[in-house]
Amino acid sequence: MNKQEYELVVVGGGPAGLAAAQEAYDQGVRDILILERDFELGGILQQCIHNGFGLHYFGEELTGPEYAQQFMENVRERGVDIKLDTMVLEVTPEKDVYAINSDDGMLYIDAEAVILAMGCRERTREAIDIPGTRPAGVYSAGTAQRYVNMEQWIPGEKVVILGSGDIGLIMARRMHLEGAEVEAVLEIMPFSGGLVRNIVQCLDDFDIPLRMQQTVTEIHGKDRLEAVTVAEVDDNMQPIPGTEYKIECDTLLLSVGLIPENELSKDAGVKMHDVTGGPIVNEGRETNIEGIFACGNVLHVHDLVDWVTEESLVAGKTAANYLQGGIDKREQEIEVNPGENVGYIVPQKITNDVEDRKLVDLYMRCKKPMEHVTINLYSGDKKLLDKNERRVEPGEMITFPVPEQMISDDMDSLKVDIVKEGE
Amino acid sequence: MKDKTDILIIGGGVTGCFAARELSRYDLDITLVEKEPSLCTGTTKANTALIHAGFNADPDKLKGRLNMRGNQLYHERIQHELDVPIEWLGALVVAKEEEKLPKLEELLEKGQENGVPDLEIVKGDDIYDLEPHLADDAIAALHAPTAGIVNPFELTVALANNAAMNGADVYLEAGVEDIEDKGETKLVKTAKGDIEANIVINAAGLYADKIANMVGIDKFEITPRRGEYYLYDKQADIDVQTTVFPVPTKVSKGIVVTPTDEGNVLIGPNAEVIESVENKSTTREGLDEVLNGAQKTIPELSKRNVIKEFAGLRPAITETGDFLIEASDEVPGFINVAGIQSPGLASAPAIAEKVVGIVKEEIGGLREDPDFDPNYEGPPKFRHMSHEEQAKLVEEDKNYGQIICRCESVTKGEILEAIREPVGARTVNDIKRRVRPGSGRCQGGFCEPKVVNILSEELGIPEDEVVLESKESKLLRERTKEPLLNEEEVSDNE
Amino acid sequence: MSETVEITCISCPMGCDVELEVNEDDDIVDIDGNSCQAGIEYVKNEYRNPTRILPTTARVKGGVLPLVPVKTDEPMPKGLLDEAMEEIAKVELEAPVELGDVVIENILDTGVNIVATRDLPKK
Ligand SMILES: Cc1cc2nc3c(=O)[nH]c(=O)nc-3n(C[C@H](O)[C@H](O)[C@H](O)COP(=O)(O)OP(=O)(O)OC[C@H]3O[C@@H](n4cnc5c(N)ncnc54)[C@H](O)[C@@H]3O)c2cc1C
Ligand SMILES: Cc1cc2nc3c(=O)[nH]c(=O)nc-3n(C[C@H](O)[C@H](O)[C@H](O)COP(=O)(O)OP(=O)(O)OC[C@H]3O[C@@H](n4cnc5c(N)ncnc54)[C@H](O)[C@@H]3O)c2cc1C
Ligand code: SF4
Repeated sequence: MNKQEYELVVVGGGPAGLAAAQEAYDQGVRDILILERDFELGGILQQCIHNGFGLHYFGEELTGPEYAQQFMENVRERGVDIKLDTMVLEVTPEKDVYAINSDDGMLYIDAEAVILAMGCRERTREAIDIPGTRPAGVYSAGTAQRYVNMEQWIPGEKVVILGSGDIGLIMARRMHLEGAEVEAVLEIMPFSGGLVRNIVQCLDDFDIPLRMQQTVTEIHGKDRLEAVTVAEVDDNMQPIPGTEYKIECDTLLLSVGLIPENELSKDAGVKMHDVTGGPIVNEGRETNIEGIFACGNVLHVHDLVDWVTEESLVAGKTAANYLQGGIDKREQEIEVNPGENVGYIVPQKITNDVEDRKLVDLYMRCKKPMEHVTINLYSGDKKLLDKNERRVEPGEMITFPVPEQMISDDMDSLKVDIVKEGE
Repeated sequence: MKDKTDILIIGGGVTGCFAARELSRYDLDITLVEKEPSLCTGTTKANTALIHAGFNADPDKLKGRLNMRGNQLYHERIQHELDVPIEWLGALVVAKEEEKLPKLEELLEKGQENGVPDLEIVKGDDIYDLEPHLADDAIAALHAPTAGIVNPFELTVALANNAAMNGADVYLEAGVEDIEDKGETKLVKTAKGDIEANIVINAAGLYADKIANMVGIDKFEITPRRGEYYLYDKQADIDVQTTVFPVPTKVSKGIVVTPTDEGNVLIGPNAEVIESVENKSTTREGLDEVLNGAQKTIPELSKRNVIKEFAGLRPAITETGDFLIEASDEVPGFINVAGIQSPGLASAPAIAEKVVGIVKEEIGGLREDPDFDPNYEGPPKFRHMSHEEQAKLVEEDKNYGQIICRCESVTKGEILEAIREPVGARTVNDIKRRVRPGSGRCQGGFCEPKVVNILSEELGIPEDEVVLESKESKLLRERTKEPLLNEEEVSDNE
Repeated sequence: MSETVEITCISCPMGCDVELEVNEDDDIVDIDGNSCQAGIEYVKNEYRNPTRILPTTARVKGGVLPLVPVKTDEPMPKGLLDEAMEEIAKVELEAPVELGDVVIENILDTGVNIVATRDLPKK
């Protein structure tokens, strides 16, 4: 076995891994290795050819590949070691990393710190339990996106899309522009998880209907998909008998949610959070295993890559601190808890004592859309801070920066809730 | 395709492949034809995969006798000869009500009569030692330690390959369209050409009645009875140690909860008589019935962590409710192996033994082939190896350094091996059944494009001709830009 | 006779459905439904001259991938998107391609260029 030693191993060369590696380097760590299973860096961004990335971080609107290339150049300039076509098979709690590729064979890397940045995967037809036949022509939207945008294959001609999150909307436009007929986008919820902008520019522009509170209840076709049965659903998302109708199509794209890809993390003994599906971390994005960090979609699913970058810079920086002599801990851990209409908050706790820090960013998602809201931060019963937003929705992550000086030694928990303005 | 053979077997399920393998022990020319592009697409691909111990089998029926014998042969021979996952987990039939106890006793007696070894009724904590997460109101259970599970796909593929290694010819996409009875021989017309056979063995599963009709036999009819399933993620943390049955009632055998050979949990099947032998679709009602039934024995089951749902069809002869394995009186040289419903898999080695006996009688003696090699080894299983073993494997062949399926850690090497076997894989699902890419929690979202690409390269066909399962199940339509360029041409011509 | 046109404002996540009233001379006489000033600017523009960035792909020979992602370097008229797609489909580039390379200059006389959005090395 090919044995090597590195100070820092980054698992995954998407935007999260790249930004984390870059920041760790800039903080003085020189001995860094990025392991990426694809033939190139950039992660999922390479297939997200649409624009809409980078407004927060770069102040200009970029496409996915443009955004990725910037960070790829940054890590290359810094001379960070990179191994492509390399699959990480195991990370142990002792931070031994086993990875494999065709040229080096099995790699056994003794690392001092590990940053997990494996991204996420898509939920499947089975995860949402659609009965029927099992023909060709049912794809997850991301798989179809890779086929159409990178591999140069169009999976089908007559398309139904289930799920109106941004990926579903973006794929509706892509399939239409490339000459396929998009029959409809169906959404089981009473609201879309996608940006208004995408509804307008991906559906309305091309007269693609968006049907709310409808879902696919059966798949038909022996060899290739022939049709789907669609039904309206009630407020508990249960199909309403009698409302069924059929749409003929040869392709069904599923855009029904993403799941952080944490098989490696679990094997390393990293504790998971039930709601995010990612590791439980402190504000430095360190997991329960000292020296193992996580950032990006592996931690919680982000809609905007800019936040991935911000979060990964934090992880990279803390990993560097860890390698350079350790992190000072607060006397008392502060739990960060979701309150009313808050689904989850990352980080789940604040544990570090960092001198030069000005802000601790809390990332959260609301449970249901709401207009004219106040987001409140409490310590116990005491309100510390609030901010107003015109509108919040589950599809868009909310960032809430907490000034360091507000965090005091006697706190043991923080809570955030989202309520109607004035309540 | 060759034009003559001693024995022609119709059907590449476990029945046909087992017969081919057992007959290839003898000095005979064996040919197997299968209508689909891959083996194991019929009933053998969707079942509970149990090697039943035989306690529930009716000793008066053929299927009862063959079940016991089949189980024995798996223990004594098959598990040693073929590199196929078989595990003897044992089965538990769980009673939760007093009034079910007599039935449990009855099963015990029937089992003992059938010669099933080591059966016992366990009570109290002993039940939970065997199955810790069982519903907490179990009062007694019949324990059958000789019950096992098998991987039906790998078994069928191993049998076909072992038969091929020993000289049998296997033709895929060679559906039988008609049979002409020429007295001494039968002229079998297939999609791949005509072949003249001395003996024809009909192991066509759900289509066995149609094949029999081709030579004028209409003494039986196959009625499909559908069973539906849910399969759980390996990582789902559902603790099931044995195959768990409820006590059977007159109407239903009840829903089984069992681990698979790969450590997934499988629940099912219900039983519903349906019209079409093609209708393998799952239904809302069926799946709900399966989950409700399974929760009675293992309450922690839910829809969470389900990674696959599927349905299989039992090819039943309802009149007798039994297997039909016999040389036809009406048509000499034509052997029916039909009605092979459950426990067809458990009985498969014994069915093959019986078929060999019938052939022997028909021909009047068989000569053993001294070169017959009963052993078969499939592609290596990267996922089950230690890192040291994995390291060695890559050193020998670089293709084992390329992981194609992330969920199941399947390497390119294994996929190439599956394609290059004597009876090689040709479809995406065939590769999935043999070496598992796409069998994990992302169901091919990540690896399917890569598998398509490997198949295209290995078979020398464009990617849009790669199919999922059947010949018509193409995965891709056109190259990106082609529709736009064609549109352009159309409007130019207008 | 005046006519009402509905436009969804996308300047912020509120996504107000804004109604414009337009008279026979195509003058906007009333705007209703917006929650703020930014909405007025947006819908006026969207009514008079709707434009879009078009992100898509172009074929490449000899590259590590058969397609390179491209986009319009400026927003282009919305009504020309489908036509632009057909123009782009005809192009077949030769690897290597670099980010920013102009793939089509002044597409459909819009004054907008189609540019590559990533490096695509040779195979
Ligand atoms: C389909 C889709 C569309 C999106 N659209 C937008 C959008 O319009 N605008 C926007 O701002 N954001 C969008 N996002 C969100 C944003 O781009 C992602 O949140 C961001 O790319 C996540 O970065 P990441 O590095 O965490 O994950 P990824 O980009 O997925 O990178 C993870 C990397 O890790 C590698 N990896 C995983 N496991 C292993 C292993 N075991 N060994 C080696 N390598 C491994 C993977 O190959 C991959 O390269 C989209 C996301 C998706 C999935
Ligand atoms: C729900 C369910 C659960 C079960 N559970 C168990 C269990 O736990 N244990 C057990 O022992 N048994 C079980 N069984 C039974 C077992 O699966 C079957 O008995 C067995 O798989 C039958 O195999 P076969 O080869 O006879 O049929 P098949 O696998 O159906 O093979 C027949 C083959 O013939 C081919 N064919 C058809 N027509 C033609 C033609 N014209 N030309 C060429 N080829 C043709 C088909 O394509 C097919 O491949 C179960 C069955 C079902 C449905
Ligand atoms: S009108 Fe104002 S509030 Fe409404 S969507 Fe436009 S910018 Fe937002």
